[in-house]
Amino acid sequence: MSTTLTATEAAAPAKRAEYKVTFARVVRSEWSKFLSLRSTWITLAVAALLLVGIGIMGAYRYDPTALRGPSADAHDAVTIALRSTELAQLALGVLGVLATAGEYTTGLIRSTLAAVPKRLPVLGAKVLVYFGVVLVVATAGAFLSFLGGEPFLHGKAIALTLSSSGVLRCLFGAGLYLALIAVLGAALGMLVRSVAGGISLLVVLLMLLPVFLDILPSSWKPDVSPYLPGLEGGAGGSIIALHQESGTLSPGAGLAVLCAWVVAALIGAAYRLLRSDS
Amino acid sequence: MIELQHLVKRYGDKTAVDDLHFTVKPGVVTGFLGPNGAGKSTTMRMILGLDAPTSGSVTVNGKRYSQHAAPLQEVGALLEARSIHPGRSAYNHLLALALTHGIPRRRVDEVIELTGLAKVAKKRAGAFSLGMGQRLGIAAALLGDPQTIMLDEPVNGLDPEGVLWIRTLLTDLAEQGRTVFVSSHLMSEMALTATNLVIIGRGRLMADTTVAGFIDQAGGDSVKVVSADSARLRELLLGPDVTVTGEAGSETLAVSGLSARQIGQTAADAGIAVFELTPQAVSLEEAFMTLTGDTVEYRSNAGSASHAGAPEGSVAA
Repeated sequence: MSTTLTATEAAAPAKRAEYKVTFARVVRSEWSKFLSLRSTWITLAVAALLLVGIGIMGAYRYDPTALRGPSADAHDAVTIALRSTELAQLALGVLGVLATAGEYTTGLIRSTLAAVPKRLPVLGAKVLVYFGVVLVVATAGAFLSFLGGEPFLHGKAIALTLSSSGVLRCLFGAGLYLALIAVLGAALGMLVRSVAGGISLLVVLLMLLPVFLDILPSSWKPDVSPYLPGLEGGAGGSIIALHQESGTLSPGAGLAVLCAWVVAALIGAAYRLLRSDS
Repeated sequence: MIELQHLVKRYGDKTAVDDLHFTVKPGVVTGFLGPNGAGKSTTMRMILGLDAPTSGSVTVNGKRYSQHAAPLQEVGALLEARSIHPGRSAYNHLLALALTHGIPRRRVDEVIELTGLAKVAKKRAGAFSLGMGQRLGIAAALLGDPQTIMLDEPVNGLDPEGVLWIRTLLTDLAEQGRTVFVSSHLMSEMALTATNLVIIGRGRLMADTTVAGFIDQAGGDSVKVVSADSARLRELLLGPDVTVTGEAGSETLAVSGLSARQIGQTAADAGIAVFELTPQAVSLEEAFMTLTGDTVEYRSNAGSASHAGAPEGSVAA
């Protein structure tokens, strides 16, 4: 009898559940956070709608005889389908900013870091979740945009099919580009810890830097422009363009340059996350 | 068990926490008391590793907070500022925290039930009242069934029912052998719940004591006796642990160490007429203010902190 008693006594402390923080669990937590906010769904839906809607609309309104406007500088069906990337990148970049900076502006970050005090897994999990989700949604959007516009361009000189050379690379490239922009947004948001600041920085990097370049001596532009992250003559443009304009990088080199930008932002974000008080 | 070793936090030239050194023991409620701006919240953030100390160190159950494999199982904390996303429901907020540790959904439901949030658990937390927000914070603190519970001003914004609930909860948790560390700027609140007391002012340790010790130090509880023969009554009352004070020739005595009932009985047995017999509770609030009075950061100009009813002229002087 006494042995049974000792056994139950010894078992009592062990009965306390054994919990442990693992990276996979932090990813699950971030995934659940992503699913449980209405704002993330709205932003994602808006981005997808822009991507597909503008692409198809562009194909529908295509006029080969136009001398000005979007039709005039559309050299191929891919350009028309992916023109909407310019707008979608803003929505998806903002999605990334909200994922990180939103935690600071609401104060949620204190709960998050109290649960995961090693901190870096939080950044890693957010990057993984947002990269994955945006990659799937944006790639699907790029394909829908292209396929939805195909019937309207059928028989015209610029028409292409999925089997045309380079088309698949461009469509997958657009999905990858947008996913990387979402990660860039997340990194910038964690770096500046403010939604407004993160979005401003994102807009500057993606859209205003090429404009600033015009102010600088014109000889600088060809040396700098291809290495900017954005679409307009930058690394992003190289990734999604069917034919490389002169002076721009190859798709592979463009991807490498964009990745370098994202990694640099992530290193900054990780440094601030680890070193600053929350 | 929380151990602070010469903890210092500076922001620029401002020292928020200045060489704090004390231990919070399990099994009792420890009150962490200080005026607003004394550094209580900063200290608690350092315990959780949210803020890094400028120097010194703090450990929880023997390790730095961030070194624990399951931090929510070691310390459950409610911080003063809101730490939720207003767009997420209470349930989903708790679930996201639980998922990081592999805490089952069953436990999420349990803490929701325990904190009385069942009816609003699916609503957006942004629409919660202050009291509901506090309950959600406490639910998050209890999620990992932690050995140490740390609450920053938990009764803020709670209705009387909620305040009573917190008091009972804290006492129960301590009775289960857990370490309970609760901050407040109200001495009266701490006197009701805490056993141990840590008092700070301007980031410095003012007292590391017990509530009973603090009451003794403040003069203890006494009884005012007005009688026909105070000299004789004094002789009768005196004994070990009993002090009697009173001016010679005065009918009034102050007695500590005896209850009013015992004094009345002694007087009646000796046939001394008693005109007044009044227990005098020591004002802990006043003793606390005397202790921290010099350290109050934001003193109002309308009246001094320690004598709210004092004439205005005395402040200017």
